[in-house]
Amino acid sequence: MADILKRNKALSVNPLKASQPIGGSLATLGFDRAIPMLHGSQGCTAFAKVFFVRHFREPIPLQSTAMDQGSSVMGADENVVQGIRAIAEKSRPALITILTTGLAETQGADVQRNVREFREQYPEFADIAVVGVNTPDFTGSVETGFAVTLTEIIRALVPDAKTAGTKPGTRKKQVNVLASYMLTPGDLEALRDIFEQFQLRPVFVPDISDSLDGCLTSEDFSPVTIGGTALSEMATLGDALATVVIGPSLNKAAELLHEKTGVPTYNLAHLYGLKANDALLMALAEISGREVPERLERQRAQLQDAMLDTHFMLGQLRIAIAADADLLAAFVDLVQELGSDVVAAVTSCNVPLLERLPVTSVKVGDLEDMEIISKAQKVQLVIGNSHTVDTAERLQVPILRAGFPLYDIIGGYQKTWIGYRGSRQTLFDLANLVINYSHEEIPVYRSVYAQKPASELTDCPLSCH
Amino acid sequence: MKSTKDIAELLDEPACEHNKKEKSGCAKPKPGAAAGGCAFDGAQIALLPIADVAHIVHGPIACAGSSWDNRGTRSSGAALYRIGMTTDLTEQDIIMGRAEKRLFHAIKQAIDTYSPPAVFIYNTCVPALIGDDINAVCKSAEERWGVPVVPIDCAGFYGTKNLGNRIAGDAMVKHVIGTRDPDPLPLSVQRAEMIVHDVNLIGEYNIAGEFWHVLPLLDELGLRVLCTLSGDARFREVQTMHKAEVNMMVCSKAMVNVARKLNKEYGTPWFEGSFYGITDTSQALRDFAKALNDDDLTARTEQLIAREEARIRTNLEPWKARLKGKRVLLFTGGVKSWSVISALQDLGMMVVATGTNKSTEEDKARIRELMGEDTLMINDGSPKELIRIVRDYQADILIAGGRNMYTALKAKIPFLDINQEREFGYEGYQGMLELVRQLALTIESPVWHAVRATAPWKISFNPSLLKGERTMKEMVHG
Repeated sequence: MADILKRNKALSVNPLKASQPIGGSLATLGFDRAIPMLHGSQGCTAFAKVFFVRHFREPIPLQSTAMDQGSSVMGADENVVQGIRAIAEKSRPALITILTTGLAETQGADVQRNVREFREQYPEFADIAVVGVNTPDFTGSVETGFAVTLTEIIRALVPDAKTAGTKPGTRKKQVNVLASYMLTPGDLEALRDIFEQFQLRPVFVPDISDSLDGCLTSEDFSPVTIGGTALSEMATLGDALATVVIGPSLNKAAELLHEKTGVPTYNLAHLYGLKANDALLMALAEISGREVPERLERQRAQLQDAMLDTHFMLGQLRIAIAADADLLAAFVDLVQELGSDVVAAVTSCNVPLLERLPVTSVKVGDLEDMEIISKAQKVQLVIGNSHTVDTAERLQVPILRAGFPLYDIIGGYQKTWIGYRGSRQTLFDLANLVINYSHEEIPVYRSVYAQKPASELTDCPLSCH
Repeated sequence: MKSTKDIAELLDEPACEHNKKEKSGCAKPKPGAAAGGCAFDGAQIALLPIADVAHIVHGPIACAGSSWDNRGTRSSGAALYRIGMTTDLTEQDIIMGRAEKRLFHAIKQAIDTYSPPAVFIYNTCVPALIGDDINAVCKSAEERWGVPVVPIDCAGFYGTKNLGNRIAGDAMVKHVIGTRDPDPLPLSVQRAEMIVHDVNLIGEYNIAGEFWHVLPLLDELGLRVLCTLSGDARFREVQTMHKAEVNMMVCSKAMVNVARKLNKEYGTPWFEGSFYGITDTSQALRDFAKALNDDDLTARTEQLIAREEARIRTNLEPWKARLKGKRVLLFTGGVKSWSVISALQDLGMMVVATGTNKSTEEDKARIRELMGEDTLMINDGSPKELIRIVRDYQADILIAGGRNMYTALKAKIPFLDINQEREFGYEGYQGMLELVRQLALTIESPVWHAVRATAPWKISFNPSLLKGERTMKEMVHG
């Protein structure tokens, strides 16, 4: 049970939070031949684009309804309709999401109505899925924007079992996986591998490991995503054996999917550390009716060994973590398994999960808050995104980079954190950061009576002690 | 919110060549086919390099959250500009009309925590729409706490990035420039034989610290830079810009309104120049001497140019052989086009085509002068079109802004980033060495062959490869 410390200052300094439209865009980019369009002024899209390009080091498809002075005041319905039309005509995508910004919501936009108007006016584009989502940036964060967008995509594209005639278990190997924003392309690849060892076929919804994995394709240029969850898969979700949900932020999306399809749901908070991965394997064993493969048992034993090796460095280590709730919870569990103390937990917005975190308190705030708490708590290691690097420098402690965005390293987007293997590597990384840091050297003491050579005394006079 | 009239006035910039065509000011973006930033983006980029100011973004999280700490600009000391600050407006603030109050307290918090010499407030779309009066909030905050608080009314929907640059410049002229006189020249830096002249540089952003290639030369010539707007600038420097004897507009029309207004209000002459390439750097130095009308300075400038040019040409010699004749497709906005062209021509490279969608008629005339009449000028800068032109014109490298970088790399085309996010400085004589190093690094890289080659098992079996003495093992190992 954690105390939630709410925001109590007017100015947010060194924000941790990124906006809902960023989360919504990320969810969209995990579908094949998709493109998000932000309903706002051009800058909303330009900033989001730069954000993604710096993180993934990939060209990112993203469009804008380009609201200007006139449409901001007089109404921007036409911007939405004509924006969809322009994209549909030019790029023929499979999916367009319209994600609202603070500007559009403050003005009073109704994108769902705009989508209907588009359908009426342009029946020739009926084959293109268009989903409107409310993702204003004056509330929520990347996490909530991702979740609500996924929910709306499921609502629009997964048919009801009754009308479509789907039945759970018709596809004997298929398992739907709702993958939260915290899973990297590297994580999803590793997860696919684990599923396949149980002879299961995972369908990731969404699947950024197929669209944002940094793959050099034969195509020169594409205005929409190449790869990701195929929209045709959405109609098959009702035939799957089970749905595995990773990340509490997706529980609502999972409920909706369950309502529509009746496919049994397995909810997992995350896949960091021994316990979490044991839970995954138990679930997969149950779903597949197979025993846990030997290879995975061996990886489990390897993780256990690594836990023994690293607990010397990580035990009682005072750690600060800054991340959105799902990821924060994952790291708290991982480091607590090693006996570390999470003395500063900072997150970007208040969600129900926070109360359940096994820490004394969680601060809803920014990186300045983390810096202040960390200083007071004498933190020894920081976990956070690239913005946190300066904070760690000022605190003079090492940092493990994790979350969004990671722009000052190469390949951060691809790092594998999950599974026994990913967890083991994370423990090694953490331990290496503090291996020479954590134990304090005893300061040299020189006796006044000692008979050391005279030169040593002048090199370091007594006053320096 | 700015009125339509205010915006129209900013768009009507008599010193900008774009004004003379039917496409006056900046073109209107199309929904679903838009690219580029907004007015807030432009204003923030223009002023953020003022390093000791507290820059507060007034709006919900997206404006600051996705953009803070996102520039290659360097400071020689103060680092407050790297601290991201925003009022991070919530739904309740907006509905209940509490945004102004939050801003007022935010200003206090910034002053209390960081004691900045000034606070800049950037207005964004949502507060502009709900009618926050940021001018009034700034005024009363300034009176209450005795620190200058400067409103920059730059909501994204007002228009493009370019308009944002102008709004930023306008705010400086209106609220900051002329509020303090320059410090007297310290005795320690006075030299008997030399008159020291005060100058400004407008539109110089010190990307990657590149202006530090040029600044020592200006020091040597006895040109005291009162302020660079805005690379490595401090608030107290911006305040003194009205006292310069001449202003140089560096490389961009974006803040031309500042130069024009300083000319109108204080009579300061200005000229336009660039520090990219040997030719342009020398020209800029000569233009300073000419504008200041100082014979001694002219003589010393010529000496310095002769010395520096000789030095850099010797250093460039080995690189020139490697880059000579290489074909370049240059896609940058506006004035940068011709200034970079001259830098590349200094190296014996061939510019086969250049982007002109942001260039003025005057820029285009200059490009023709430099490259000949039949140069391809590209107006459509879509990624698809750029790739086609690279292929058709057999360019060896694409030089463009960072936005196009991953597009080029996906198409397996060598690329050099010339925009503000880049990490290398190319200015001045010394910057040419960095430029050639980066050009050679990518053009000569072995990776291009590796990524273009088909996987060996996808090439149909060719028995002739097995003839002679080559064994399978040798083939595998190349």
